Amino acid sequence: MENLAQIAMESVNFQAIMPSLVLCCFGMVLLLVSVFLERGRTAPICWLSIIGLVVTGIISINGWNDPQAGFAGGVVLDNFATFFNLTCLIAAGLTILMSDSYLHREGYPVAEYYPLILFTTAGAMWMASGTDLMTIFLGLEVLSVSLYVLAGFFRGQLRSNEAGLKYFFLGAFSTGFMLYGVALLYGVTGTTKVAGIAEAIRLMPDASSNPMIIAGAILLSIGFLFKIGAAPFHMWTPDVYQGAPTPITAFMSAGPKAAAFAAFMRVTYISLDSLQVDMSAMFWVLAVLTMTIGNFVAIAQKDVKRMLAFSSISHAGYALVGMVAWNEVGFSGILFYMLVYTFMNIGAFAVLVLIGKQGEDNLTLDGMAGLGYKRPFLGVAMAIFLFSLMGLPPTAGFTGKFFIFAGALKAGYVWLAILGVLNSAVSLYYYLRVMVYMYFRDPVEDFSWVKMEMATIVSILIAIAGVLYLGVLPGPVMELAKLSIF
Amino acid sequence: MISVYHYMILSAILFAIGSFGVLTRKNMIVIFMCIELMLNSVNLTFIALSRHLGNMDGQIFVFFVMTVAAAEAAVGLALIIAFYRNKESIEVDDFRLLKW
Amino acid sequence: MLENYLPVLVLIGIAVAFAVGSVVMSGLIGMKKPSAVKLAPYECGMPLVGSARERFSVKFYIIAMLFILFDIEAVFLYPWAVMFKRLGMFGFVEMGVFIAILLVGFIYVWKKGALEWE
Repeated sequence: MENLAQIAMESVNFQAIMPSLVLCCFGMVLLLVSVFLERGRTAPICWLSIIGLVVTGIISINGWNDPQAGFAGGVVLDNFATFFNLTCLIAAGLTILMSDSYLHREGYPVAEYYPLILFTTAGAMWMASGTDLMTIFLGLEVLSVSLYVLAGFFRGQLRSNEAGLKYFFLGAFSTGFMLYGVALLYGVTGTTKVAGIAEAIRLMPDASSNPMIIAGAILLSIGFLFKIGAAPFHMWTPDVYQGAPTPITAFMSAGPKAAAFAAFMRVTYISLDSLQVDMSAMFWVLAVLTMTIGNFVAIAQKDVKRMLAFSSISHAGYALVGMVAWNEVGFSGILFYMLVYTFMNIGAFAVLVLIGKQGEDNLTLDGMAGLGYKRPFLGVAMAIFLFSLMGLPPTAGFTGKFFIFAGALKAGYVWLAILGVLNSAVSLYYYLRVMVYMYFRDPVEDFSWVKMEMATIVSILIAIAGVLYLGVLPGPVMELAKLSIF
Repeated sequence: MISVYHYMILSAILFAIGSFGVLTRKNMIVIFMCIELMLNSVNLTFIALSRHLGNMDGQIFVFFVMTVAAAEAAVGLALIIAFYRNKESIEVDDFRLLKW
Repeated sequence: MLENYLPVLVLIGIAVAFAVGSVVMSGLIGMKKPSAVKLAPYECGMPLVGSARERFSVKFYIIAMLFILFDIEAVFLYPWAVMFKRLGMFGFVEMGVFIAILLVGFIYVWKKGALEWE
């Protein structure tokens, strides 16, 4: 009779969820504190949430090289999870830094914003450390539900409402597909554990022709592919990115995407290892499709936020190349690329946050005309981020793409690497066009409304430092990424 | 005799009805109900398989799906209300601002 | 085994036959002298007030949202209650933590004034 409690207690290991646990506690405490503060006072919550992120980061770093499994094998805090945790924490930190002045400018100084970001990050961390489809699903949903709210955060603004609702409906729709995939895999293998599924599939003689496994693997992939915004499940991305508050767009494009990649990699690399040939073939098509659609449609965009949304689709395509490669170089390349992408994309959005007018109707290419002269610092910062997004040396975008394409070449996918490089060449066009507007067009606006908010500048500086450091000295971090592969 | 296959077929049909509804309906509340139908058809699959395999994991999963669906319902309703307050409509055809 | 349920089946049959029969018979042989009052929907015998397709106050939605959230948590209480004795102190503490997390949400909702009707 007594052994039930014994079993339950032994399987619990709080070490394995310590970072996200701390983050959730911070989130809940901040939520409670926020109701007792007067309306409009968000600064204390903002700084406390930064402290929460830093504390969580320190705890995560302490867990490096000390893998902890817990909750009956549902969660594992290994190097892989830690690397992604830190990526998500950096994304959340940079986002929060640029948010406070933005919220006040837009007239929504609502303190719940920060706990919601913390909860999103905690969900992302569960996804990265989940080794059971159940925990991965829970992480995905904690992340998504908080993000639905954040995307529709400006509730009086029709654009934000629309973004939130679109994200919500399509997100819930894709969750349905993913769950159906999980159910089918559970039906064949009798377990929802990532490793257990792998074991069961390996023992099956005709796994790659079993309809339930194929359907399950594809449906499960749909859920992840939706979250990372890969074509043909990318249609929500531009609308949601354009309509959501800019810092949230920045966060969405980095943290949650990294977490979705983490869970996707763990599931495909471990559970569906026996289906490598088929999965790789599928990813090959998806990667090419995603890169090409993202880049070519971005050319047609006039709104900079929307253009960056399509560029984020194409970057998801580059990262998918690492999934196709299915080797150590490709996988560590994805880890590295997600970190790089966090810095460069959030940096670019931080510049947009600063130059936006209240209501943000001016974030078009014309609105950026002459920025380079009127606001030299912002011009240079944006130029660095754009160079990095293009993938030019000595920025991090170059090294990130280099590692990923190297992985593809090593696995023998020469054509894929060539297509990837050609796509980067296409992307030069629309990134350079922003530069042309910034430096070679006469200013339409005088940018007199731009306030150089300290916290946002700090966030831009951190992002620049990250982009340049990872571009010039990628070695140490790349070593860490290599050590993170399970 | 009703076997696990019947349940699987039933839930597949329900799932298809739900996804068809999401794709064709205009009213947000109805779309949302269709999504719930999809989730519940998945729940049915889980429970039938759990019973068939004699393993509790599927039923535990259903608990989580149910709670998550409730959380999604709350957030979804809140978003719909916010949209309605601004636009006086709950038709998806009124999503007009964000498109290419 | 199944034969034990035969009386129930018979009863269901009779009930359905009676209900359908009386509706059909009264439609067939009853007298029909419709008037505006007679055709109005029955509302406890009182005169009608407004249309039934009225819009509800948005407050109902907020209460409904909160209700869903707190209501569904009961789903975790059932299996816990069944296993309560075997889980002992450990289970009690776990559930205490769970309820405490819910309580945070409750305090938040309360303080935000979402439970006040006005």
